[in-house]
Order: sequence, then structure tokens, then C-alpha cells
Amino acid sequence: MTDQAYNFAYLDEQTKRMIRRAILKGIAVPGYQVPFASREMPMPYGWGTGGVQVTAACLVPEDRLKVIDQGADDTTNAVSIRRFFQRTAGVATTEATAEATVIQTRHRIPETPLKAGQILVYQVPIPEPLRFLEPRETETRKMHELEEYGLMHVKLYEDIARHGQIATSYAYPVKVEGRYVMDPSPIPKFDNPKLGNNPAIQLFGAGREQRIYALPPWSRVESLDFDDHPFEASKAAHDCDLCGAGHSYLDEVITDDAGGRMFVCSDTDFCAGRRAKGHRGRLSSEGVAPPPHPSPTRGEGGASLDAMVHVNDPLASSPPRGEGMGVGGADPEGTA
Amino acid sequence: MTLMERMTMTDQPLLRVEGLTKRYGQRIGCADVSFDLYPGEVLGIVGESGSGKSTLLSCLAGHQRPDLGRIAYDGRDVLAMSETERRRLSRTDWAYVHQNPRDGLRMGVSAGGNVGERLMAVGARHYGDIRGKAADWLGRVEIAADRIDDRPSAFSGGMQQRLQIARNLVTGPRLVFMDEPTGGLDVSVQARLLDLLRGLVRDLGLSVIIVTHDLAVVRLLAHRLMVMKSGRVVEQGLTDQVLDDPQHAYTQLLVSSVLQV
Repeated sequence: MTDQAYNFAYLDEQTKRMIRRAILKGIAVPGYQVPFASREMPMPYGWGTGGVQVTAACLVPEDRLKVIDQGADDTTNAVSIRRFFQRTAGVATTEATAEATVIQTRHRIPETPLKAGQILVYQVPIPEPLRFLEPRETETRKMHELEEYGLMHVKLYEDIARHGQIATSYAYPVKVEGRYVMDPSPIPKFDNPKLGNNPAIQLFGAGREQRIYALPPWSRVESLDFDDHPFEASKAAHDCDLCGAGHSYLDEVITDDAGGRMFVCSDTDFCAGRRAKGHRGRLSSEGVAPPPHPSPTRGEGGASLDAMVHVNDPLASSPPRGEGMGVGGADPEGTA
Repeated sequence: MTLMERMTMTDQPLLRVEGLTKRYGQRIGCADVSFDLYPGEVLGIVGESGSGKSTLLSCLAGHQRPDLGRIAYDGRDVLAMSETERRRLSRTDWAYVHQNPRDGLRMGVSAGGNVGERLMAVGARHYGDIRGKAADWLGRVEIAADRIDDRPSAFSGGMQQRLQIARNLVTGPRLVFMDEPTGGLDVSVQARLLDLLRGLVRDLGLSVIIVTHDLAVVRLLAHRLMVMKSGRVVEQGLTDQVLDDPQHAYTQLLVSSVLQV
């Protein structure tokens, strides 16, 4: 039910117009960061204020909205944003990727391939890929203007020099249409190949930093790399323990204090869909109704999954959890 | 190509400066400076603090825009170039060594990354090649190979300055601007650095414009000398000639002010 005290989708029409203009400009110049007059939203910075404004500007009453946070539909961030739009726009919501027309996401691209007509909205903590190498905004703008992107490779060089490989595992920089270098938001680099040649529209909103950028459908997106150290979309070398999927991005979940751990799909909708089709993983009980998905922040899984703690997988560390705390896209190595 | 070949190949100046003037409001930064710099030549600019030598250098290197005058590099008008072109030039053909290595280095990036940055900026995309070149250049400026992954903040002042030089020379520039390269270093480290610079300049046939207030530095490095006072050039000529037989009253004062040990 729509709360009549607010305009449709919370923002007033003039604000939505302004945001739509920024979105159109972003789509016209793929990868270019368009400044916009970001509004204060009824949530703290770092919780998706940019994404929410972009979603609000895109929504029409016929839309069906899906909101995910780290791939999960049922975590705090996802639930609160979904409820926000249910209340202020009255749009239908769904957890199924294929049925959604607008998907707001934090730090993941759904496993189910997107299709034409869908809009994927990313929440972006720090839109400037060069920020941790060059703190001056005037200078980074000039670098974008003049296509001086050598510095981005200095970061990758430092990775290889220190770790023997490109250790950047999320917010992996990409070059769009051979022109702008873009921060794909802190998605794992496993998702990078899905950015390019995607039939859906991809929009990126950074509320605190007041920037919107976009990838139109079927854009050419290349992940930066070296000739002798090519880009690799990495994930944990396991199958999902619930649905047995071997090609989806996994979260590592500690299940007890004796070293027990399991790997589960980070995309809850994808995992549940596979289990409904009868796929089974190592830890799913045969013949019994599939257990509720053990999302780490909910902590109400099966009996053996009580004390679940989310840890970074050493093989493919997941994106940082708190984008608002400290610096979301900060490189843990401190190469800045 | 040796220095002699390079010098005899052309008698065209590499850099031609005419009537360069930069004002800060009513005050003069530098006024009506003209000179030619030939390939392989080292030009020293000396003068007291506030004499306009750093203003002149930053105008030449494109960090500031002069109010009047012309600068031609290799026959091309530098001031008429687009910013893209000028910045490309300053990444490839030119180099700038700052007085304080912290201004010229990325302190959070390893020595190898610092040297490799200019290579990557001009399109090098092969990690092994970049690292090989960085190691080679660290060797040339006498930094041990096992320091390649250390950050400059772990280096001494002299090493930082040598690292800055390596970082600047890796793309094979033809014109190097140096702003007090030995400032802030103690004398024994200065001597080693000057030795190194002299060797590099000779081996690579670099053209150098070096700004300093230290007459010993220009005596060792520079072929020609320009003496500045209050923004104007008061005397110029061959280094030995100017230092041993100063004509202008200010130059005489400058030369006689050097402390003898």
C-alpha cells in the first residue's frame, strides 16, 4: 500500500527529472561519471543512497522490483530497500531474477543471465577508480579527460610485485568501449565478465559522491590486465554445498568452532531455484525439504548452522561487507 | 647513438626560448629571458632565492603559462600545443627532477612501480618487461636489486633522489629539467649523486636545464651558465668563463660569496 504522504517512489518529480537527465547522459557516454545533485535519503550514506535514487528515478507503477545485497534477497539492506519502495511506490516485488524489471544490487550481479528490458542498478561507494592512487579530484578528472590511465596499471603492478598475481579481487577496474576506465562497484571480479555484452541496462549510483554512470546494453567492457598476467575471473574452488552448482560465486560460511565450513551460492534466488529443480549439494539432506538458505546476516539456518560467522574466503575473498564503514572500495593492501 | 653523433647530426637547437616573461600581478617572476639549448648540452641557471630561476623552470616545463614569449621544442611551438600533446611530451621526451623527491615520487608505491609508472603511462602492458626495465634502471642509479619492492619511504634521502632520477630517465627523455637536485643532501651523498648525474648525462647525451644556487654543482655539470637576478638574466656564457672571470657586479658577488674550506 502506497503511503500517500510521499510522491510516487519518494522523490519529487523535479528531482527524478534531474536524475533521469544524468542517467541519459551517462548512457550516452558509457563509463563517464556524471555529477548529479544527490538528495538526502532517509537512510545513511553507505547504505545505497545512490542506488535508491537511481531506482526511484527509473521506477514506473508497472515495474517489478528485486533488491539484493551480496546476492541475497533477505539481508537487512535488501529487505529495507525493498520495503521502502513497496511503501513509497507500491510496486510489485519479487525475488526471482527472471521476473524482475528493475534490480537494485549491492556488490553482485545475479547468476541468472539478464535479458533485454531489465535494468540493473548498482550501489556504489566510491565511483572514482583512480581515487586511492590520486587523491585530487581535479587531477583525476584531467586524467579521465586525457585518457591517462597508466596509474591504474601501477596498482596492478604493485599487486603482482607483492603477491605474485593480481590480488585485486573486487572492484576490479574495467575499460568501457575502449575509452573510460570505470569502477564496477565492489562486485567480485568473478562478475566482471558479465558487465560486457549484457542485454540489460546497467546503472551505477553513488549518493555520497554524487555521481551516476552507466553501461548501455551490449557495451564492450574489458578488465584491465597485463599481457603476461591476464585477467582471471576467480571464485572459491568448490561446489555449492546446498545446490551443487560448480559455476556460481560462493560465500564461505563457518559452521562450528571445530573448523567446519561450507560453501554456498551467494545468489540466494539462484541457489533456491536449483534446489527446487532437484539439484543437491554435499550438505543438503536428501529427500527432505531444502533447508532455509543460510544467509550469514540472518543466522537462522538449520540446527548445525547456528553459530555461523562469515569469513573471507582466502581463495576468492568476497567483497567488503560494510561499504559505509571506512572506505568501501579501499584496497586492503594499502597500495594507495 | 653516441653523444658526438647526436651533436653533429644537427645544429638546430633542441629548445629555443625567446623573450619569456612571467609576472605575478605587479611583480616580475622572470622577464625577457632568451636562450638556445642544443642537444647534449647542459645549461645551468644560478641566482639567489627569489631571482626567478624556479619560475623560469616551471614555465619551461609547462607547469605555468608564461605571459609573453615563445618556447620552441624541436621546432614545435610548445605554448600552442594542446594540453594532451604537452602532457604526452612531458611523459616521454621530457623529464622533471624535483628538489624534494617526495614531490616527484609516489611514496606509497614500490620502487619498481615508481620506475615502471612512466612505462605504463606510455602503454607498456607486459609485466615481465616492465620489471626487467625497472631493475635495470635501479642498477644504473646504484640501488640494490633486492630493494625493488621496497617503498621509497624506506629509502634514504640520497636513494630517493636517485630513484627519482631513474623514474624520470626510464622512457629515454631528451630534455631533463632539474630543480636543485642536490638540495637537502649532505656533501658526500651530493658528490655521489653529481658523479652519477654526470655519467648519465654523458652516456645518454641528455640536454639538461639545471637550476641551483650551488655554484659547485654547475661547475661540475653545466657547459653553459646563466646568472639571474630580480627576474632578469644578468650574465651568460661558458661555465668556466662566467665563474672564473665574472663581469657583472652581481656575478662577482655570487662567486666571491662561496665559502672556502
